[in-house]
Amino acid sequence: MSDVKIRLRDLSKVFSTRSGAFTALEPMTLDIPSGCFFMIVGPSGCGKTTLLRILAGLDTPTSGTLEITKPAAGRPSNSMVFQGDSLFPWMTVFENAAYGLRMRHRPEGEIKDVVGHYLQRTGLSRFHNSYPHQLSGGMRQRVSIARAFANDPDILLMDEPFSALDEQNKILLQEELLRIWEETRKTVMFITHSVDEAVTLGDRIMIMTAHPGRAKQIVDVPFERPRRVLELRAKPEYGELVYSIWGHLRDEVQRARALDEGSAA
Amino acid sequence: MKKSGTFGLSQDAVERLLNFASPLILLLIWELCARFGVIDVRFFPAPSKIFTQFMVMVENGQLWKHFWASMQRLFWGFLFGGVPALMLGVAMGLSRPLRMLVEPIVSATYPVPKSAILPLVLLIFGLGESSKIVMVGIGIFFPIVINAMAGVLEIQKIYFDVSKNFGASRWQVFRTVALPGAMPLILTGVKLGIGMGLVLISIAEMVGAKSGLGFMMWNAWEILSVETMYVGLIVIAVLGIVFSQIVTEIERLIVPWKQAR
Repeated sequence: MSDVKIRLRDLSKVFSTRSGAFTALEPMTLDIPSGCFFMIVGPSGCGKTTLLRILAGLDTPTSGTLEITKPAAGRPSNSMVFQGDSLFPWMTVFENAAYGLRMRHRPEGEIKDVVGHYLQRTGLSRFHNSYPHQLSGGMRQRVSIARAFANDPDILLMDEPFSALDEQNKILLQEELLRIWEETRKTVMFITHSVDEAVTLGDRIMIMTAHPGRAKQIVDVPFERPRRVLELRAKPEYGELVYSIWGHLRDEVQRARALDEGSAA
Repeated sequence: MKKSGTFGLSQDAVERLLNFASPLILLLIWELCARFGVIDVRFFPAPSKIFTQFMVMVENGQLWKHFWASMQRLFWGFLFGGVPALMLGVAMGLSRPLRMLVEPIVSATYPVPKSAILPLVLLIFGLGESSKIVMVGIGIFFPIVINAMAGVLEIQKIYFDVSKNFGASRWQVFRTVALPGAMPLILTGVKLGIGMGLVLISIAEMVGAKSGLGFMMWNAWEILSVETMYVGLIVIAVLGIVFSQIVTEIERLIVPWKQAR
């Protein structure tokens, strides 16, 4: 975790809407080290998805600069695990997971090996010929994760990938994600609104303010790896850290709620 | 998803059987009405009479000749009208500037009754094969272009985000997202277009041809051979059913993800 992978300098995003300019993201300066599992927590509407979309190249910043260390030749810079259903309904599980490699014209033999590996790691080998509508929500999200990992990007971007899942599935998938991540230790940028999830998975947690989005606090997570989700959650230090982060976050959630009520009135 | 229903057949098989059974039942009622003088057989000859005429025309090769002439025109019309419509419609769905440019033209020309432009088409393309092919092409063009565009516009934005994030080129976006995503609506357009194509081939052949099913029916009116007229009608109706079934089967094959919801 030495060299900087992602470097933001005064990066901001303003959307122009009918009712005037809307600041989604106030100028943000941030360094994310290579190999860091970086978590972003914040109330809804704090611009965290906007930040991730800019990193993914799906949105452009209004001002400031974004530098991402170039990956080795032939490797993609980043792959995103989207929030909600993002699998192509017209492709099988295998075709979905192979999407990135196919777009890069990798040889079929390699695609078979790599995708096969990640489908096996996510427990989906039996379903490689199924279509997404034949799978449960948890399984679909696993395919989505396999798709991102199979593409072998330098950076993984994850936008609340587990938010739609029930608690049991969420814990299982968090375990799985940590296990797969341990194989490669890629740089990860992971958005969540769950403090538990942030502390369970992350090396470092950025807490964001309610609208407009701004970094309020960055907290390091001291727990060693590899981690086991349930064992980790049983530790008293875990509870203390969750509690202290909630302290930072509570004001923001309340402020976000006040803003919502204000604009509704 | 297989459930067993009537007579132990799967739900699916029953539904497909019903598709074929309803026209047969109609024919049976018709035959009975003709036999018992409920309807005037000068205008509505019994299906058995029509069938006899059908066999005569099969044997003397007349029916085959006209059928083949129409089929060739339909084929080329579907090809020359359908393929550009598909490409243009999907491209319009993908590109806002192109949509802004072309959509007004499509909206303005779409409501013009296709049959009303037959004289113009005959004037421009003459009495040869091309005028008939152009009419069929125009008929299938509009439903496909409109449905392909609507189909692409209906695709959720997230799928385009995914393809962009995974580095898809413009052509790859077209092939892996726009085309398959719009396919269900495109196939609906194909069905509508085939129906329109059959209407237009009949009309075009009645006026400007010396062969084809349309000509055969028009000629039958001139020589007062009502049975021949019905043979033509039924062949065209069956063509419509067969084409529609073919598209349904294609749908089963290439849009498996839209079924069994």
